[in-house]
Amino acid sequence: MTFAIQTDVKEQTPTAAEGLEEKVAVRRLNFYYGGYRALADINVNLFQNKVTAFIGPSGCGKSTLLRILNRIYDLYPNQRADGEVLLDGENILTPKQDVNLLRAKVGMVFQKPTPFPMTIYENVAFGVRLYEQLSKADLDARVEDALRRGAIWDEVKDKLDASGLSLSGGQQQRLCIARTVAIKPEVILLDEPCSALDPISTAKIEELIDVLKRDYTIAIVTHNMQQAARTSDYTAFMYLGELVEFDNTTRIFTNPKMERTQDYITGRFG
Amino acid sequence: MAAVVADARYSRRRHTNFVATALSIGAAGFGLTWLLLILVVLVVKGVGGLNLAVFTEMTPPPGSAGGLLNPIIGSLILTVLAVAFGTPLGILAGTYMAEYGRYANLTMVVRFINDILLSAPSIVIGLFVYEIMVARMGHFSAWAGAVALAILVIPVVVRTTEDMLLLVPNTLREASTALGVPRWLVIRDVAYRAARAGITTGVLLAIARITGETAPLLFTALNNQFFSWNLNAPMASLPVVIFQFALSPYSEWQQLAWTGALIITAAVLGLSILARVLASKKVLT
Repeated sequence: MTFAIQTDVKEQTPTAAEGLEEKVAVRRLNFYYGGYRALADINVNLFQNKVTAFIGPSGCGKSTLLRILNRIYDLYPNQRADGEVLLDGENILTPKQDVNLLRAKVGMVFQKPTPFPMTIYENVAFGVRLYEQLSKADLDARVEDALRRGAIWDEVKDKLDASGLSLSGGQQQRLCIARTVAIKPEVILLDEPCSALDPISTAKIEELIDVLKRDYTIAIVTHNMQQAARTSDYTAFMYLGELVEFDNTTRIFTNPKMERTQDYITGRFG
Repeated sequence: MAAVVADARYSRRRHTNFVATALSIGAAGFGLTWLLLILVVLVVKGVGGLNLAVFTEMTPPPGSAGGLLNPIIGSLILTVLAVAFGTPLGILAGTYMAEYGRYANLTMVVRFINDILLSAPSIVIGLFVYEIMVARMGHFSAWAGAVALAILVIPVVVRTTEDMLLLVPNTLREASTALGVPRWLVIRDVAYRAARAGITTGVLLAIARITGETAPLLFTALNNQFFSWNLNAPMASLPVVIFQFALSPYSEWQQLAWTGALIITAAVLGLSILARVLASKKVLT
């Protein structure tokens, strides 16, 4: 059944043309905050080992969409999604989906850095311990590996016992990325990860995204058009809860099909 | 050079400001004066009786010397028991209200009832426990005293636990949930940790509150002239002994009452300072 829907959608998305593997496929997705419909009939893909950027004016539903992909919205009553989100072909919106296992596979980094009130080491080890029983040496190695992938190892290697809260904003955000990477997810969702950071930290995180996509499938929500153009392979433009256009990033930024996309990326509105 | 001219309106404002400031300082001074007087009298009258015997000897019969060992130990036992009953209950209820049942109607009902309990006169609690425990068991007991004090501890701890957990930013809960951490671990390892200082402060304030309570103990633990570990028997406590000795005509007893009052005040002061220090250390992201 899902196959039929996928072929249907392939005509509108770049999948067929470029022979890409769909890691996450969003199909006819609606989302409601109580009675308010925040997302309407969204169809979009995250391709394996690619970075997909979500752009659009505030309130257009980019973050809402991201929050469905790991079902973090489950924390709140009155928030409801219908439609399908297929992760490797399995619908994760069904009630039988184990949400904790899903979240271990689909990691998320938030707009504001959110280190836990623990040491730097514990911030990273906390999530790992939940799913794996590692020896002290293996855990140390995993923490180091994650901090290296988060491009923060050199800055914290001598103070792993310091509080995560003692780091600067940019360092905290990279710690959060390291923490997410440590549990070996398959997909990483970045919800405006640089909006609270200075340009130098932002550059570091953008470099990091480029490295991380070798191993992970990445989705990034951003208000920064240059950032979307720099970091992503695919871009989805959203407006008022609808997906206006989804295409390869170069095409979106040089030759968009829709007038609204053109207007937004050239700064005529939004 | 027509700068600000000190016209009539300007000088009137200055006068108003002066009067308002003077009134505020006066009111603050008035309040603090009485507090200071109470403390000075307490120290002056209490310090004289402060010696080693106070902490090593039993309460004496009228007309002879003695100490406050049995009420001091009794107060410690009653407080420890009350906190041991009341704290886990209070923390669990506060956790339900702030975490699991944040949007539930039950939470609103519990919060309302808890606020009433928080301001209920402690003598009512004493009478209640007298009815449900002392009257049924047929005698006064330390257990009954501890239960009465626990009922005073619970609402304070419920309230502070809920408030402190609500102060923990939701982003922190979302961030840990997004790692695949189950709800109970998010609460235990992240929310409690972030709210730890605040919750501890609440427990300390609850202890400070029950340390000086007399009324609920008069109906429950009563008093005991002798040292007793027996929780099924009446037990001495500092506030009740102070109450009894202060009203007596014997000068030795009156002196011990002053000294006991000084000890309680010092203990409450110490706890409050500790609570302040912990509260100022609280770190939230």
